[in-house]
Formats: sequence, C-alpha cells, structure tokens
Amino acid sequence: MTTDVSTTAKIAPRDWLARRSRWSPFEVLFWLATLLPFILFPSYLPLANQIAIAALFALSVDLILGYAGIVTLGHAMFFGLGAYCAGIISVRGWGEPLTGLLAAGVFAGAVGFVASFLITRVQHLALIMVTLGLGFLTYELANAVHWLTGGTDGLRGIRTWPVFGQFRFDMWGYTSYAYALVVLFVCFLFSRLLVNSSFGLALRGIRENVRRMPAIGADHKAHLRLIYAISAAMAGLAGGLLAQTTNTVALDSLSFERSADVVVMLILGGTGRLYGAILGTLIFLVARDQLAGINPQYWYFGIGLLLMAVVLFMPKGILGFLARIVDRAK
Amino acid sequence: MLKTTAGAAVLALGLAFSAGAMAQETLKIGVILPYSGPFADAANQLQAGIDLYLAEHGNEVAGRTIEIIKRDTGGPAPDVARRLAQELVVRDNVDILAGFALTPEALGAAEIATEAQKLMVVMNAATSIVTEQSPYIVRTGVTIPQLNYSFGGWAYEQGIREVYTLVADYGPGIDAEASFAKGFTEAGGTIVGADRTPVANPDFSAFVQRVADASPEAVYIFVPGGAQPAAIGKALADRGIAPPDFKVLAQGELTHPEAMESMGETARGIITTFHYTLERDDPLNAAYVEGYTSANNGRKPDLFSIGGYDGMHLIFEALKATNGDTSGDALVEAAKGMAWDSPRGPMSIDPETRDVVQTVYIREVQEVDGELQNVILEEIPAVKDPLHGVAK
Amino acid sequence: MISQITIVLFDGFAFGMLLFLLSVGLSVTLGMMNFINLAHGAFGMFGGYVAVTAMRQLGLPFLAALPLAFIAMALASVVIERSLFRRLYKAGELNQVLFTIGLVFVAAAVATFTFGTVQQVIILPDWLRGSVELWGIRFGIYRAFIILVALLVTALLVFGLERTRLGAQIRAAVDNQRMAQGLGLDVERVFAVTFALGSGLAGLGGALAVEIVGLSPSFGFQMLVYVLIVVSVGGLGSITGSFVGAALLGIGDVAGKYFWPEIGSFLIYLLLVSILLVRPLGLFGKR
Repeated sequence: MTTDVSTTAKIAPRDWLARRSRWSPFEVLFWLATLLPFILFPSYLPLANQIAIAALFALSVDLILGYAGIVTLGHAMFFGLGAYCAGIISVRGWGEPLTGLLAAGVFAGAVGFVASFLITRVQHLALIMVTLGLGFLTYELANAVHWLTGGTDGLRGIRTWPVFGQFRFDMWGYTSYAYALVVLFVCFLFSRLLVNSSFGLALRGIRENVRRMPAIGADHKAHLRLIYAISAAMAGLAGGLLAQTTNTVALDSLSFERSADVVVMLILGGTGRLYGAILGTLIFLVARDQLAGINPQYWYFGIGLLLMAVVLFMPKGILGFLARIVDRAK
Repeated sequence: MLKTTAGAAVLALGLAFSAGAMAQETLKIGVILPYSGPFADAANQLQAGIDLYLAEHGNEVAGRTIEIIKRDTGGPAPDVARRLAQELVVRDNVDILAGFALTPEALGAAEIATEAQKLMVVMNAATSIVTEQSPYIVRTGVTIPQLNYSFGGWAYEQGIREVYTLVADYGPGIDAEASFAKGFTEAGGTIVGADRTPVANPDFSAFVQRVADASPEAVYIFVPGGAQPAAIGKALADRGIAPPDFKVLAQGELTHPEAMESMGETARGIITTFHYTLERDDPLNAAYVEGYTSANNGRKPDLFSIGGYDGMHLIFEALKATNGDTSGDALVEAAKGMAWDSPRGPMSIDPETRDVVQTVYIREVQEVDGELQNVILEEIPAVKDPLHGVAK
Repeated sequence: MISQITIVLFDGFAFGMLLFLLSVGLSVTLGMMNFINLAHGAFGMFGGYVAVTAMRQLGLPFLAALPLAFIAMALASVVIERSLFRRLYKAGELNQVLFTIGLVFVAAAVATFTFGTVQQVIILPDWLRGSVELWGIRFGIYRAFIILVALLVTALLVFGLERTRLGAQIRAAVDNQRMAQGLGLDVERVFAVTFALGSGLAGLGGALAVEIVGLSPSFGFQMLVYVLIVVSVGGLGSITGSFVGAALLGIGDVAGKYFWPEIGSFLIYLLLVSILLVRPLGLFGKR
C-alpha cells in the first residue's frame, strides 16, 4: 500500500491519468456479468431494465455529487424532462427510439445548462434547497400544463418503434434491457473518460477546495456549469429510456421521491467511483424487489435497516468497503 | 416482418408457460397496488375488500384454487406498475391482473393486458378513459363523471342556481369539476367561480376565504381522501360557510368515516354524491359492513374496499361462467353485461364499454340515533359513465 | 378589503407558526453540530402519534397530551442521540443523510405496523373548535391557539438563550464549536440537551399539526420538505431566523393562494428559490 502511494507520487500527471484509465479485470468481469440476466434470469429482464435506467440516472448524479461536490435533491427534474421529451415526441407521431432519446438528452442538457447559472451561485444547504425548489417547480409546471403532459393521469399514447426498425420492444424485455444496457455502457465509457481527464481532475479540485481553484487559475464556475449540463443530459437520457421502454411517463418521473431515492442509491454504493452508482442502484432495487415480494407493505423497514447498517459498518459506501477488502487482500 | 415474428415467438414462449400453468389446479391473480407510500391506505382498504370476499366465499372456484400474488408500486408509478404486470405475466404466470387504485398505474399496465390477453380488473382507478385503453379491462370501482354529472343536474333541481367549485388540481379533480359543471349548467345553473387547490395542500384557508368572498349559494368540493376532507370541512365551518345557511356539495370522500369523526358537528348538512354508502339500509350491506369491521379491527369499509370486493365477485362469477377457462377473451366476454346485487346496491358491467353501471346515491349528513351519518336523499339508478364515446 | 387582508395574514401566520414549531429544532441542531437530521419530520410524526394515543387510549385531555408529546419525543431523542447519532457526527454529511433517511423508512414502517395506514383523528375540546367573530371577521380559535403556543415557545427560547447559562453555552457552541470546547465547555452534553429540546419541539409541533394537516405514516416524509424549506430560508442556527422565515413562508403561501390562486402550488418554491439566490445563507444565517 505504501509503495503504491510513493510510486504514484513520482509519476507525471498524464501517466497517472493513463494508469487510472486502464481497465482492471474486475471491470471487464463486471460488464460481462451485466449480460447474465439474458441467459440466467430472463424473467427478471424488466427489472434489469429498470435497474439499468436507474443506474444511468445515479451515474449522472455521481458526476456532479461525487466528482464536483454538488449535492442535489432535485435531479429528477432532468430525468422527468427527458422522459416527457421522448414521450411527447412519440405521442406526436415520431416513435423512432434513437432520435427520440437523443432529443431527450439534448433537451434536458440544455435546461441543465440554463439552470447551472443558478446552481453555481449557491453552496451547501442553499445549493441543496435550490435544486429541490427547482425540482418542485418543474413538477408543478408539468401538472399545470396537463394539455401537454396529461397531468396526473400521465402521458397517453406513447408508441416506441422497433430499434433500428428491427428489434421490437417485446413483453419479456429482451429488447428493452439490451437497449438500456447499451446506452448505460456508452454513457459509462464517456463518464470514465471524463473523470480521468484533466477536466475530471479540475472537478475534484473544486470538490476538495473551491476557494483554491481560482487561485491556481481554473475557472471553477465554468467547469461546474459544464459538468452540471452534462449530468443533466445524462439524467435526461435515463428518463428518455424509461419513457421509451415502458411507454409510460407520469408526474412521478419528476418527483422529489425520485430525486431523493437516486441520491440514497448513490451514497449506498459509494460516491465518486462511478461503479458505486451502478452497484448501489443494483443493491437497492434488488433488495426492494425481494423484500416487497416477501411483504408488499413493510419492505421499507428492511430497506431502512440496510441503509443504517451500511452507514454504521461501511462509511464509504458498499463499494468503498469492497475496495478496502480487496486492498487488504493484496 | 422480422420484428413481428420475433415478437410472436417470444409471446408464444410466454403463452406456453402459462398453458403449463393452466394444467395445474391453482389459478393466480396478480394484484398490483400502492401498498406502500402516500396511497398505502387506499391499497390497504382495497386489499381488505379482496380478503373479505375470499374469506366469505372460499378460495376455490370452478375447480381451481385461487392464489393472490400481491405487488407493490410504492405510489403513483406507472412504469413500476407496468413492470410488475410484465413480471406477473412472464414470471409468475398469472391468469388475471387486478387491483389498480390509481389511474396512471392502470394506464401503465393496460398495454400488458392487451399484449398478454389477460383479463384486467380495475378495482378503483376512476378516470373515464381507463377502460378504453385495452379491450381486456373491466372496471368494478367507479368513474368520477358518473358520480358528478347527475349530481350537477340534481343540484339544479333542488333550486340551487349558483355554485362555486373548488377542486384538487389534478386529473380526478379536474374531471369532477368538468362533469359537475356540465350537469349543472346543462340544467340551467351558473358556475360563479372555480378554484383549484394544489394536490398536496396542507392549508385551505386562502381558498375557502375566496369562496366566502364570492358568497355564492353553494360550493362544490372535490378533494382526495385522507387528511384533506376534514381539513377543508373545518376550514369551511370556520368561515361560516356551512349548512344550513349555505349549501356544501361534494363527492363522497368529504364525509368518509374518519373525516366525519374529525369534523364532528361541522359535518352536519353536507351533501355528497357517492356510489357506496356505509349506512345504507340493506341486509347485504349490513352483513358486508359487519364482516368487514370484525375482520379489520373495527375499521369500516370505504370506496376502495367495495371496489376490491366487487372486483373479486366479478372474477369469481366470470370463472364460473367460463368453467375455469382463464383466457382473457372468454373472461371479458363473461364479464360483459354481468349484473349482480352488491352491498353498494344493484350494479352491472356495460357490455359496450366494460365499465361499471351502478346506482348513484345523493346523501346528506344527518343525525341518526345520536350519531352523524350519510343519509340517502335520493337514488339515481343505473348510471353509466357519461363521457364514454364523447371525447373521440 | 381590510378585513380580508387581516384574515389572510392571520391564517398565514398561524400556518407559519406551525411550521416554526416543527422546524426550529432542526435549525438549531444543524447550525450547531452540522448534523443533518432528515428524520426530524419523523420526530414530529412520533409526537403526533403519542398525542393521539394518549387521548384515545389513556383518555388524557388535549392540553395534557401536548406536553406529553414534547416530553416523550425529547426522551426518545436522548436515546437515539446517545445510541446512534453520536457515532455519525464525524461521518460526513452524506452518511448522515443516508442514515437518517433509513431511520425515516424504519419509523414509517413501525408506524404502519402499530397504527395502520389510516388517517388519525384528534378530537379537540369544544373550546378550541369553531371560530370567534371580532370586528366582523371570523378567526379560527384553533389557529389562534397555535399562534399563542408558538409565541410562548419563542419567548421561552429567546429568554432561555439570552438569560440562562445553558443558553450562553448553546450560543457559544453554535458560534464556534472548537473555541467553546477549548474553553472547557462540554459541547457534547450541551448538544445532547439542545438536541432533546429541538426534538421535543418537533414532537409538540407534530401533535399540534394533526388537526390541520392530518397524521399518517407518511407524515415524516411529507413534512420533511416544509421543514427543510423553513430552515434554509430562516438561516441555520437562528431562532429569530426560523421564526421570521416560517412566518414569511406561511403568510406568503396563504396570501399568494388567496390573491393569485392560479400559481398557488408554485408559491412556496418560488419564494424558496428566490430568497436563497439573493441570500444564500438564509434571512438570518451567519455561516
């Protein structure tokens, strides 16, 4: 362990980044494992699909929370905007999935960029509460324009065409999961590149010490705005995926509960590690599904205990805990 | 072409599984409800209705044993409802989908019912359009226009000419506002003002004050069940907008048992429209209330309970008619036109729309034997949903 | 017109005072120890259930149930603080968020198990029901009662903070924890007492809220958002801030809905965002 640190200290920053970008066998194994549901549990594909979508959403939050220190309780705003964007395009007669998804990402990203000017003005509790406020305002707005969104009843008449005109969204969820998994993987690759670039380093610098960044010549607000917009776009993609693979969008996609749940899943897995977002989502949703299968009314008792236990015994999240075990084994 | 073949192959696989299940004795009903979260109480009451029916009638019908599989959506979550319906069909091989307390969840699952060709019994979700979303949907709850359209006409007949409407600002509230106003204005009345309150509204004083300022003859109110009915009822009384000087009209949630208990004297004289009346004097209803109360720690049945209870009745009778055949088409065919006497009164399923047809009761809160009750003023028999076929 | 403005101010102020009671405890503990307790709303729920149970099962009068809700929650919070929360002071804010959210989940499950999902009802004594007419305006008696309780609590808090030894210690700990510790102040003990006090107030607020906003197992989640809004608008660690912030939000919400009902549901969030963008530390926040 100590030798590791000393060698890291000596190498040039570029080499350090290059080393960070190298793929470990764990990672390859992990992504291969994501294919298992196709073979081993095909009847769990709809759940796998929702986990992939939620994981993408958690990944988008990790980019700002784990790497730039922006704690948010309103990120469902972008998830929902993406979902409504993809859904409304489909309702108006264009059900092609890839272009619809792209539109969802671009739209959410654009709104995210505008919102980022407000977000970067505030910090700490005010930051959390401004994201929360904006999230609620968007929710109420979507309810108010029910001629466009269908209000509480949700958007009706979404029809998603087959992917590439070939792969119909079947009831078992083969297409849905494959589609969501590919999008998740692409976004993951992009995030991985991003956080292991000099931009990613600058973000970590902001997270650790905001005041110092301007002193070393980095325009931290521009950095924050950019990552916020990217994160919003990614959340929009996740929302778009949900709309397209389930043909449903309703107000819950914008809700505070969704904003809070995603943060909980992320912290559960461990922030600032990308994989923490995916792992946390996986554990939270699988635990929820299993506990709710046992008792649909009291599952959250078990979830609550799980969250508390993780904090007490794994303060760096589940992934942080695993990483420590792996380190010790070395 | 390829896509349809692939889809058909997958579907065939799914059906092969369910055909395998057919051979067994158990018949599975997948119940999808928000058992947790803000609507947990609705789910809880609806489930108690289902349980009561099973307790009374046994869990065997047409030679098959009924097994209920419960799935929680955790709140209004159409995507989750859809996934659960999907899983119930492909993994648990259920024969019938049921439950659905909330409209968006029913809409989310509708496509699955169509694709899997399973009977889907909507036991509460009350927006008109629900049954139009799939030919396999049958509703045993209520529709909001059904209750309020005729109520509007009735209000005019009672000599009320000007009404101020105050509804919760979401789908059901807007439907209630529109259908009441339609019934009332078609009869010749005038709506003098209309406000909508936020769905999660903790404090009604501002809206009630606006009504008081307008000093209309009557106010029409729609709020979701839960804490809001008592809150708005008390706010009205505090402003002096209360019977007998002033008419308060509402959909039945306003005077549900807990709200009445909380409002106390201030509930007296409120007039509501509903499809189920707890105190309705009828042997069937008396037995139902008695059975329900003793099975649920003294808790009384409400609109959700009766939707679940009658939903199970429909499933049982349809299965008897098909002799245990669980194909969606056969069950829907059996359900169409089915008529029976429910604790709520006579009801039937419209063969055209697969929607519930039932008596609408206009009630007033009065004192009976020292206790405040919803006393039936008028029964409007065999009311259909007035909106089906209109919007197209 | 004047009578309408008066009644809107009165109703808004009463609603604000309810929010104040529910949130002041969180403001102080958050400002003092930087401990993010998202279970504060659930503490309110606990108080509500205590009051309801005391009246139903034990037949206590409403006025006795209120202090009981305060005491029960204050005692429960001592247990929670000593056994669980104290391990988390150094654990970082994200862990505090996760842990306390977990606690809310557990609390909601326990409440459902014990009391069912049904809305709880509080039967007020007759003298608190209805309204009185003064100068042609009808004032709700229960709302006046809430204002009275809140003003009494505020007076006690302000007096306690300004004039008592404990108050001076709390102020010192809020202003500069390290310095206070350096001067030999047992910050941990001060915090435990403050925490119990703040939690007790949440319990009292919860008991008072049942009549107006109802009580069911999702209370902890529902009120959490309002509580956070009041705390952030008022500013951390300031009783005056919480008071003014809560009053402003209550009046703003009610008045806005009265004069401009179309945007009624947006108002509280518009207020929140615009206030924080202008004053990120809240109206009376110091840091």
